[in-house]
Formats: sequence, C-alpha cells, structure tokens
Amino acid sequence: MTTPTPGTEDAVQEEKPLVERRLHPVTPFRRAWAPVAVIAGWAVHDPNQAQEQLTRLTTTALLVGLAVFVPGAALYGFLSWWFTHFAVTDTELRIRTGLLFRRTAHIRLDRLQAVDVTQPLLARVAGVAKLKLDVIGTDKKDELAYLGESEARALRAELLARAAGFAPETAHEVGEAPVRQLLHVPARVLAVSLVLTGATWGSLAAALVVPPVLWLATHSVWTVLATGVPLLGAAGASSVGRFVGEYDWTVGESPDGLRIDHGLLDRTHETVPPGRVQTVRIVEPLLWRRWGSPRSWGSPMSEAESGGEAESGRGWVRVELDVAGSSNSVLVPVAPREVAESVIARVLPGVAVPASLSRPPRRAGWCVPFWWRGYGLAVTDTVFAARHGLLRRSLSLVPHAKVQSVRLTQGPWQRFRGVADVHVDTGANKTVTARLRDASEAAELLRAQADRSRTGRREARPDRWMA
Amino acid sequence: MKNADAEPVWTGLPPGLLRMRRLLLVVWLGLLTIAVGLLLGLLAGPVWAAFALLPLALTVWGWRMLGRNWRSWRYAERADDLLISRGVLWREETVVPYGRMQLVEVTSGPVERHFGLASVQLHTAAAATDACIPGLDPAEAERLRDRLTELGEARSAGL
Repeated sequence: MTTPTPGTEDAVQEEKPLVERRLHPVTPFRRAWAPVAVIAGWAVHDPNQAQEQLTRLTTTALLVGLAVFVPGAALYGFLSWWFTHFAVTDTELRIRTGLLFRRTAHIRLDRLQAVDVTQPLLARVAGVAKLKLDVIGTDKKDELAYLGESEARALRAELLARAAGFAPETAHEVGEAPVRQLLHVPARVLAVSLVLTGATWGSLAAALVVPPVLWLATHSVWTVLATGVPLLGAAGASSVGRFVGEYDWTVGESPDGLRIDHGLLDRTHETVPPGRVQTVRIVEPLLWRRWGSPRSWGSPMSEAESGGEAESGRGWVRVELDVAGSSNSVLVPVAPREVAESVIARVLPGVAVPASLSRPPRRAGWCVPFWWRGYGLAVTDTVFAARHGLLRRSLSLVPHAKVQSVRLTQGPWQRFRGVADVHVDTGANKTVTARLRDASEAAELLRAQADRSRTGRREARPDRWMA
Repeated sequence: MKNADAEPVWTGLPPGLLRMRRLLLVVWLGLLTIAVGLLLGLLAGPVWAAFALLPLALTVWGWRMLGRNWRSWRYAERADDLLISRGVLWREETVVPYGRMQLVEVTSGPVERHFGLASVQLHTAAAATDACIPGLDPAEAERLRDRLTELGEARSAGL
C-alpha cells in the first residue's frame, strides 16, 4: 500500500526528484466531528429509539465502545492524512490519496481557471487554510485541506507563477504578486443593501407568518417546527448569513489576476487569472436603483475615477461573474454603478458596458406581455450584452472570445409574430439569451456573432498570461 | 473571410432516417390500432371499434409530421464553423465554431445499426450546446467526425 503507483512515479524520477509533501498535521482532526454529527443526527431524528438504546447500554459497554471507537477514529484520521501526498511538477499539481481506494489526481496548471484559499472559522483559529484549484471537472476531493496558512499562500503564489508560464526554476522565487486594491465594500453599505433587498424581507416575512398560520390550522408542534426551523434558517442565511459572508469584500488587481477577499468568520481568498472570466452580470434590484451616491463611497478608486461624473449613473448594482469550474460567482456584492463599471473594465480589458440597449420590436409584446420591455440587447466589438428582467434588471456581458456556440430558436407563436431568440453559450455552462429580436435581425446576429467570436478568439490573450 | 459570409452549402439527411422513423411509427401505431379495434369490437360492440380510427389518424398525421421534420434537418460545413438547422414549428439553428469542439462522437444504437444509420454528436465546453446530426450514413458520419476533429485541432482554442 505504501509503494507509490509505478508508472507515473518512475517517469518523474528520471527527470528530477519529485518533492512530495504532506498536508498540515492538524488535518486528521477535521473529520473528528463527523461521527459525533452522525450520532447526534440519529438522536434528533429518532429521539425515542435513541433513548431506548441508551438506557440499554451499561457503563461497561459504553466504556468498551469508547475504547474501540476513539482509537479507531484516530487511526483512520491519521492514516488518511499519512497517505495523502501532493507535489507540484512543472506542469501539474498531483494529489495522491486514499487508504483502500487509491486516487491520484493530476491537475494541469495551464488549465487553471481560479485558485481559492479558504479559511473556515476553526481553521483560522488553528492557523491553517484550504487550497482549491478550479479546473473544469475538479470537485471537493481535489482540494488541499489543510495547509499551514503561510504554506498555502506560498503554494498559491508558486502555482500561479507556474501557470503564468514562469520558468520552473524561478517559479519558486517569484513570490506573491503585489496587489492593488480596486474596491472595498464598507460594512454600512453592505447592510443597507441587504435591507433594500426584497428576498431578505420575503424570507423574513415567510418565517414570521407561516408558522403561526400552521399552528392555527393544525395545532401540531411538530409540523410548526418542521416548517418554521428551515424557514428561519433560510431567512437567517439570506440576511445575516449574506452579511457575514460578504463582509469586508475587497477586490484587488495583481499581475496574477483578480483577487477577491471576503468574509467575517470564514475568510475566502479567490484569485482569478487574466482571461478566465466567461461572463459578467450586472444585477440591479428594484430598490437599489435610486439609492446611494458615489460620494459616500470610501474607496480610493472611486475618488480617482468617478470625480467628474458622479451624477450620471445613480444607484447600486451587484456584479456577478462566471468562471468555468468555479462555484463562486459574486464579483462585487454592492457598489455604485460607475465604480462597478470601472471594476468590470479591469476584469474584462477593453470592455465598456454598453450605455444603451435596443429593445425588442413592439410586436414582441404579443409573445411576452409586459415583460418584453425588460429585454434588451447591445453588441459592441468586444462584448455581447443582453438584459432581462423588469423589476430586477440583469445585464449579462459575454466577451466575443468566450462564445462556445451560438443558437437561434423560434417557436411557432414567435414565428407568427416574426421574432426569434438568440442564445450564446459560454464555457462556464451559462447561456446568455437575447430574447424576442426581430427575425431577420436575429438571423443576421447569428451569422455576425459566429464571425465576431472567431476574430475575437484570435486576439485573445494566451492561457499562460506571463509567457 | 469572404467565403464565410457566402451562402452556406446545405446538406440534408439521407432518407434512411425517415424510413426508420416511419417504419417504427407504423409498427407501433399499427399494433395499437389493431389492439384497440379488436378489444373494443369484441367487448363493446362493432360501433365502439370505430375508436380504432383514432390511432390510425394519428399514424397518417405522424407520417406527414416525420416527413416535414426530416426535411427540416440540414447541416453545412463552412470554413470556420458548422451550422445545424432543424425544426418546423420550433425552429433551431446552431453555429459551432470548429475551434470550440472538445469532442466529436459517433453513436449508433441497435435499431439505427439495423438500418445502417449513425449520429454525430458534438460537444463543446458549454453543456447547453446541443449539436447533434442524427441518421447519417456511417461512412459519412465517420468522414464528418474525422474532418471536424482535424479542423478542430487546426483551429483549437481554449476556454
């Protein structure tokens, strides 16, 4: 079991000795809570039987159980830690793990989409961090949990340097790239933005109204608890949970790409290398539109770049981004429009957010009454931008170079009214749709978009951004 | 890039697919017609057996629908991308650039094999890309696969 898998190891050994490393020694304890949680879950799920079982147990049986269980769990934790190795080669991160079922993951660094270093609260106390490489197809098993805090930072810097195309010999010494702060979200603004979000109030209202109504209807404590607890949980997650998660949101720019750091209790540090962003969405909830002026915004960026035209774009927006293989999707939780647009200009170089969008023709109202006014489309020489939503507007931007395929669809009713939808598929499994365009315009758009994404790709930056 | 703007040369599907679909339609709905006719005729009386006309009408309607649908399917290989157009009521037209193709598959189920048919399925990094050409001649399917793979390699682009 301890012998390494022959093929890969030998091939590497010939070139140069591969330095395999282990995770931080605190790792075995990360699963210590799992058996406790299982037993607790069972006890809560079926309290009567749990009590019955407990009364049947004598003290000796309990002691014997503990004597077997605790060392067993400790041994399992220790062995799974002992048999987990990772190594950084010139082109790959290799993770070798598994006690009984061996698993070797070779993650190619040139396919790297993003690197996340996360620190849950307990990990922060212990001074350790998780490191996850976002490559299409990686899952939870491929994260390195846990590494020492400074080790995780050093490893992230090394992986990024190698992915960027620095020579393997120097990649070690490149070190952390300097970060320039683009944006910082003040806690007050974040709190106000959550107060102005409909979902917060909706879930809160549901949590306050539904349980009493159920109580009046059924008079059963269990029904009320079974619905009330999840509802309260959802309300908490959408208000307090979001505040805690998006607290101290900082977006920075470095030669390694975009840095996103956030969190009050659990800290997350995400790095997205240049050219990895597939789509960017500007979301504008109804209540945010007339709110906030950039003057109250304390970031150095806004003072420098929005000095002249503070009046032009009012209101706050939320910016989301999609990176293939990554689950994080928020770029800016809340910011004044022009600040957000200047951040977008950094994320997608050369892209300006189109100021005016063309609406579908008036007859589109026969297909989608009323809401058709929310749809809009603008195509510039760098992006395909489509908007939808009337109350909660959402504008999606796709750089032409990121378009995977283009589709035109037309149902019978749309055909009758002479309109069609154009879909643009991107690599992050997101489809951006320009709905209800005039049929001939849509056909033209389909052809032109195919051409544009071809030329856009030719001008796109290389995967190894420093090479 | 003038030739990319030129009107694409469309290729339809070979008649094998239509033959297979119509045969399957006639076999299944024919069996249903007979079953309904016999059961109702024996159990409820000959008048009730007229309900067997329902699946029969369905067969006739389906026969025409299959023909229309089959005629609507067509594809074109352009200089830099593949076009697939299909559907009569629900029209859909897909453009997949060669450089974006991650994988080209040729599949053929048992029934399709019996009729000498194969489908070509294209995959890009976007799962929503639904580009499939059914009912091709196996030789044509393989030619298309090889050509697409070759062009894909030549124009390969990352994400």
